[in-house]
Amino acid sequence: MIQIMHVFGIWLAAFFTLSIFSFLYKDNPFYKFAEQVFVGLSAAYWLVYIIYSIMVPNLFAKLIDDFSGNIVLLIPATLGLMMLMRLHPKTQWLSRYPISIMIGTTAGISMLRYMKSDILEQVTATMINPFSANTVSGVLGNLLLIIGTITGVYFFYFSKKVEGIYKVPSKIGIWFLMVSFGATFGYTVMARISLLIGRLEFLLSDWLHIIK
Amino acid sequence: MKLSPVAERRIIFTVLLFAVALPLVFPIGWTTEISEYTRIAYRLIEETDENKVVIISFDYDPSTMTELQPMAEAMIEHAFKKNQRVIATALWPMGVQMAEQAFDKVCSHYPDKERGVDYTNLGYKVGGMVTIQAMGRSLSDVYPVDNQNTPYEEIPMLQNVRRLRDIAWISSLSSGVPGLKEWMMVARDSYQVPVTGGCTAISAPGFFPYVNEQRQLHGLLGGLKAASEYESLIGRLGSATTKMDAQSIAHLLILIFIAIGNIKVWHGKKGRQQ
Amino acid sequence: MKRSLPLIFAFVVGIIVLISEFIPHRPFNQIVSTLENWFMIISGFAILLGQISLIRMNANKIANRLPDWQYHLAGLVSFALMLIFGLLWGMQETPGLMGDGQGISAYLGSKPFDYLFENAYMPLSATLFSLLAFFIASAAYRAFIIRGFESNLLMITAVIVIIGRTSIGTMLTGWLPESLSFWHIPNLADFIMEFPNSAAQRAILISAGLGIVGSSLRIILGIERSYLGGDK
Repeated sequence: MIQIMHVFGIWLAAFFTLSIFSFLYKDNPFYKFAEQVFVGLSAAYWLVYIIYSIMVPNLFAKLIDDFSGNIVLLIPATLGLMMLMRLHPKTQWLSRYPISIMIGTTAGISMLRYMKSDILEQVTATMINPFSANTVSGVLGNLLLIIGTITGVYFFYFSKKVEGIYKVPSKIGIWFLMVSFGATFGYTVMARISLLIGRLEFLLSDWLHIIK
Repeated sequence: MKLSPVAERRIIFTVLLFAVALPLVFPIGWTTEISEYTRIAYRLIEETDENKVVIISFDYDPSTMTELQPMAEAMIEHAFKKNQRVIATALWPMGVQMAEQAFDKVCSHYPDKERGVDYTNLGYKVGGMVTIQAMGRSLSDVYPVDNQNTPYEEIPMLQNVRRLRDIAWISSLSSGVPGLKEWMMVARDSYQVPVTGGCTAISAPGFFPYVNEQRQLHGLLGGLKAASEYESLIGRLGSATTKMDAQSIAHLLILIFIAIGNIKVWHGKKGRQQ
Repeated sequence: MKRSLPLIFAFVVGIIVLISEFIPHRPFNQIVSTLENWFMIISGFAILLGQISLIRMNANKIANRLPDWQYHLAGLVSFALMLIFGLLWGMQETPGLMGDGQGISAYLGSKPFDYLFENAYMPLSATLFSLLAFFIASAAYRAFIIRGFESNLLMITAVIVIIGRTSIGTMLTGWLPESLSFWHIPNLADFIMEFPNSAAQRAILISAGLGIVGSSLRIILGIERSYLGGDK
């Protein structure tokens, strides 16, 4: 029985794979069916994991094991229920309280972490001695790094109109951004092709057994 | 012969399909070179002592498993070879199953590795950066049980692991938010735990600035090619390496499409000028 | 009250988080630790809210027989099946309400939840994103046209990176002597990623970081209120 269900499973997977690929020809009922099944399965997967990974171990199990010791957990439970009040127009205003606590926490943490990681550390990483490299290409690279970072940040300064000679660093910044976008496009091609290779390998190996 | 845009598209799709499928059926066996970013990540794991506890965070879903699952298997195998003890966590719910599949595959080659002693899966938690920050204070508060409902205190390999600072290195394999950036921002920049990781090729260019002198990231595996490079470094013929032939042919094809597109536009311009 | 109290909460919570970074002692570290644990639980309810909204939206389309309602019914049925399997028998090593599902696992080879995940969810998820490979090939043919200096720069970089990240780059310039190794395509691609690309991405990170710090401060100080929704 297990073997039959294993084979059925592979054929089910192949059916869904080909249903999605059929969109490449044109939109059709198989694709629409597969798309909605994906939405349904995805939502249910998240819900089951939320229940078993967060609600049960971090809330309900603690309250059941030691209610008086964990009574303070009733506060986030209440806030969570207030969040669900968003579903009804008359009680929507109650959801603002838990949302504001989450937003306040996230804003505080984000501000600190982005200030350190994306501003201070990145500026520090740019403050290098460009001539410390051992090779000519290293020195050239370090110079490009410093010039590119400064002109790139300059480009993103939109508070004042840049005119005349002040346009030059902005132009150089755009060139560096174009190089970056070209590199990103190259990597994007690599990413997309990789995903296609994965699916074709499944069809040719697991389903059709053409690849051993 | 003038083709309609729809016909052109279908020809492009068909040619791409064959260009990717044929090297899978008839492998060529080309080799690729290893980049410095992959070597840095490799050295971090290679130079970590035995019996140290490490975290691999599975922050992706099946849509990107072709790129990230080979990285996960390679890193787990490398950690097992160095007798390091692996904790799997997930900031995406599907990551839990991805972790189990990776452990199952690697443990088939390492049957002596025991769950709870050499590896464990703590499961999924929502919250991203806030959750990682909470892990920095107390891992057992965030994960009271593992994904088999074993209480944290009863897992042998976690006896001396209270918070993130007790971890030797963290690797986040991520395809979006939350993921590698959040681990780097909190675990490395706040708690000074070395962080490395892997990401899909599409996000890799955005992570390279973090591989700097301050070692915000200890190397980076960006995409399928980097997974294949890592497999070469640990001496393993894995799933990433076998796909590189198809990747190379497909890249060549994309360049041919770009060239044909440009020739077509140039030809049209020349015709209009005449 | 309905709008001012949430703003006060956001301010107090944000300020406590900021203070605890500089004074990591009691009571600030305890308060922040509690907030972080509560955050996970409230986030769980937020995701539950999303699921309920999704069910309501689909049920509404089915009840009103809107176009393509049959597919939304299929979506709801698959949602219900996956949810019931997960709740009744759990997943992998986690037991459900009806135990560990050893009986049904003996027929399927795994729990029903895991079976659906491996044979339905995984292929659907992976295939949906793999469609993009075809569209990028089509886009490369139609839209990637050389026009001016800047698009030239983009194109040349893309070509070097596309070739350099494969075996073809190694073969094309592998014959170059050591003194010209800079022009070896994989090395050139690595140079581009390490220096000019990093410079531009760093500029984006710094600029976006400044924006995030600014908007976080606006939220904490109550200047940015869009998260509160309408006036009701």
